[in-house]
Amino acid sequence: MIRDITLGQYYQTESCIHSLDPRVKLLGTILFIISLFSIRNFSGYLVAALFLAVIIRLSHVPFRFMVKGMRAILFLLLITVVFNLFLTPGETLVSFWKFRITQEGLRTAIFMALRLTFLIIGSSVMTLTTTPNHLTDGMEKLLKPLQKLRVPVHEISMMMSIALRFIPILLEETDKIMKAQIARGADFESGNLIKKAKSLVPLLVPLFISAFRRANDLAMAMEARCYRGGEYRTKMKPLAYKKQDAAAYVIVILYLILTIWIGRILQLL
Amino acid sequence: MAILLNHVSYVYQAGTEMAVTALNDINLKIPDGQFIGLIGHTGSGKSTLVQHLNGLLRPTKGALYYDGEEYYSQGFDLKRLRSKVGLVFQYPEHQLFEADVFSDVCFGPTNLGLDRKEVELRAYTALKQVGIEDEYFYQSPFELSGGQKRRVAIAGVLAMKPDVLILDEPTAGLDPKGRDEILDQIKALQKESGITVILVSHSMEDVAKYVERIIVMNKGGVLFDDIPQKVFHEYEKLEEIGLAAPQITYIMNRINKELLPVSTEVKTIEEAKNEILRAMRLQHD
Amino acid sequence: MGIIKTSKLIFEYIRRDEDGNVEGITRAIDNVDLDIQQGDFIAILGHNGSGKSTLAKHINAILYPTEGTVWVDGKDTSVEENIWDIRQKAGMVFQNPDNQIIGQLVEEDVGFGPENMGVPTKEIRERVEESLKAVGMYEYRKHSPNRLSGGQKQRISIAGVIAMHPKCIIMDEPTAMLDPNGRKEVIRAARALHEVEGVTIVLITHYMEEAVFADRIIVMDEGRIEMQGTPKEIFSQVEKLKELRLDVPQVTLLAHELKKSGLKLPDGILTIDEFLYELERITGKQNTPGKMGIL
Repeated sequence: MIRDITLGQYYQTESCIHSLDPRVKLLGTILFIISLFSIRNFSGYLVAALFLAVIIRLSHVPFRFMVKGMRAILFLLLITVVFNLFLTPGETLVSFWKFRITQEGLRTAIFMALRLTFLIIGSSVMTLTTTPNHLTDGMEKLLKPLQKLRVPVHEISMMMSIALRFIPILLEETDKIMKAQIARGADFESGNLIKKAKSLVPLLVPLFISAFRRANDLAMAMEARCYRGGEYRTKMKPLAYKKQDAAAYVIVILYLILTIWIGRILQLL
Repeated sequence: MAILLNHVSYVYQAGTEMAVTALNDINLKIPDGQFIGLIGHTGSGKSTLVQHLNGLLRPTKGALYYDGEEYYSQGFDLKRLRSKVGLVFQYPEHQLFEADVFSDVCFGPTNLGLDRKEVELRAYTALKQVGIEDEYFYQSPFELSGGQKRRVAIAGVLAMKPDVLILDEPTAGLDPKGRDEILDQIKALQKESGITVILVSHSMEDVAKYVERIIVMNKGGVLFDDIPQKVFHEYEKLEEIGLAAPQITYIMNRINKELLPVSTEVKTIEEAKNEILRAMRLQHD
Repeated sequence: MGIIKTSKLIFEYIRRDEDGNVEGITRAIDNVDLDIQQGDFIAILGHNGSGKSTLAKHINAILYPTEGTVWVDGKDTSVEENIWDIRQKAGMVFQNPDNQIIGQLVEEDVGFGPENMGVPTKEIRERVEESLKAVGMYEYRKHSPNRLSGGQKQRISIAGVIAMHPKCIIMDEPTAMLDPNGRKEVIRAARALHEVEGVTIVLITHYMEEAVFADRIIVMDEGRIEMQGTPKEIFSQVEKLKELRLDVPQVTLLAHELKKSGLKLPDGILTIDEFLYELERITGKQNTPGKMGIL
């Protein structure tokens, strides 16, 4: 059952966002995040919200999958909001007991909340519409120039894709070993921190041994299939930009210009 | 009566879209001292079932009883149950973690809160029961051969002195020699100590020689529950669900149909030989 | 010279204790001479530690001989520049289905070998398609390997090897971790490759019923070749096989036992059909029991 977890939560469907080149989605997400940090007013956020809504609509991924990612950071979001709300100095709006909310505080709190929410949703659009191996491929291609600086780009991306393949397997293995040790009376829950850490030994030792054994096997299997690093290698699915990718770049850049322009011109709030 | 299952059902990820029924209304009686084969192909629910017996999974519906006491009822001691119903997982050698064989076997009894002397006594007895010689006691378990590692892992559960020992595919990945050694050892152990043994397997041929009762699982339910000879008799139905009776069953059925009137209810080569010879003598008298 | 040939092959490794001191030398392969012809289906039997896996790794140039020579398609495996050529010609399928799949999608895994060989993109796609079809896994090409059964995973591994267009495939206990259905699937795939595509197959196993289909069986024990011959020749020697602690099909065992009790059955009966035919032959004659050799 654990094997069904796909990392980065890829959502399988067909859409024009899914079929974009991963490099477009990676760079697009980075540009979107930049835009979020350069917005200074509500109209900017309105543009960002519209842009995001259109992208989500186009991706054919149900909205609740986007929100799922929010749950994990809800706590962080709340803390940020509370801190900004109460600790920003400025013109007092409301005050009770020792606390006071300032106009500036309210503004920053709302901005921060919007920024974080958009950031999480924006990047989950990328992970939901791109398979993990596409992402690694995209990253490898984008980082290629670094190879001249002797950065082992191919090796890093190979490591990432192997890690992605083995994480579900190792998760399942963890579950199995844990159950086996519980059957031998192991207790992973009670006790203080030190006792808890100690109780992990019967889990971690077998897990590491298994990971090493798998790594060994895999290295041999890769060698047996003529793997010798990035040289001489060809690609079964080489990344190549298509017309739609160029169009997507243009749209993202237009969006970026629009948000910055609105920030300058329309000072609604 | 050791274990009783009353209308036990289990659904993985109940209440979600991904819900899968793994067990469907299971009723079983597992009395003391029986040697049982639990057979089914991958995904038939046999692994889920044994995890219920050991209290690792809790049924979504129905109840289990150990010696008349209901699992998860108030005051039910789950830890005690796990020591009484020992579960050895598939490839148990993958769970070894201590620096030496003896300490690893001590892990289970230590967790039961026994005093040092009792723990060591139990570990020693368990290692002897699985045929590990003293010279290996203080070696690293990782340096042993595959078959030895597995026996040490089994000893790790035996040292908890279970009344019921469940082994999930104890022979997976072993060669015929290792397989026979382990199964012979388990049989001897069962005879000597009188504990209940449940052998989970997908091979009828492997368990035929040892068990007195076979439970066949399919799609989360119990399809057959009888003595081996009777279960093998249903070889056509077994094939439909992707299992097979031992080759000997097919041989006897073919002889019976095409050649000689022989009894098809045999489970060993020895029995088959005698049966064929008997039928041939009869034919010529 | 056959596709795989070894001459006086010896492989030794040094055992060390915890401090790295030499404890002793183990000879895993002891003077093995082997000659496998193109198009053969060879089964290598033997219990764990008999040296069969070590031998297999020599054919793929993962291990090199301590003494003696191994040639694959006429090329010496100990010559550095031959390695990649040899690994392409002699593909290998390993025991654990999880630990040899690299790709996150079935088709990407099958394409891994050709990618490493520098095959052009378009041809990789063609090879992946035909290989997946050859093992009957084409419809799963877009699936994640994690959700497949053991037998399906092993068939993917076989497809990954076929996509490299090898001359022979060495399968190192490919069925040891599978359930009976998975075992059947894998053996069926291997036999189809052998019969339809004429690929040389070296199948290492400890399941006797899988060896029955081979052209030739090699039995190893303690690093040496202990027996060699057709399945019939090998299974005629029930006592010897028992001595080596190997399995014998039940029908062969039964025939052997009946023969010991006096029935005039031939040695090396491998199938139920054969057994019934022979049994009919002796019961069919309306002789007195005494003449039949019972009693």
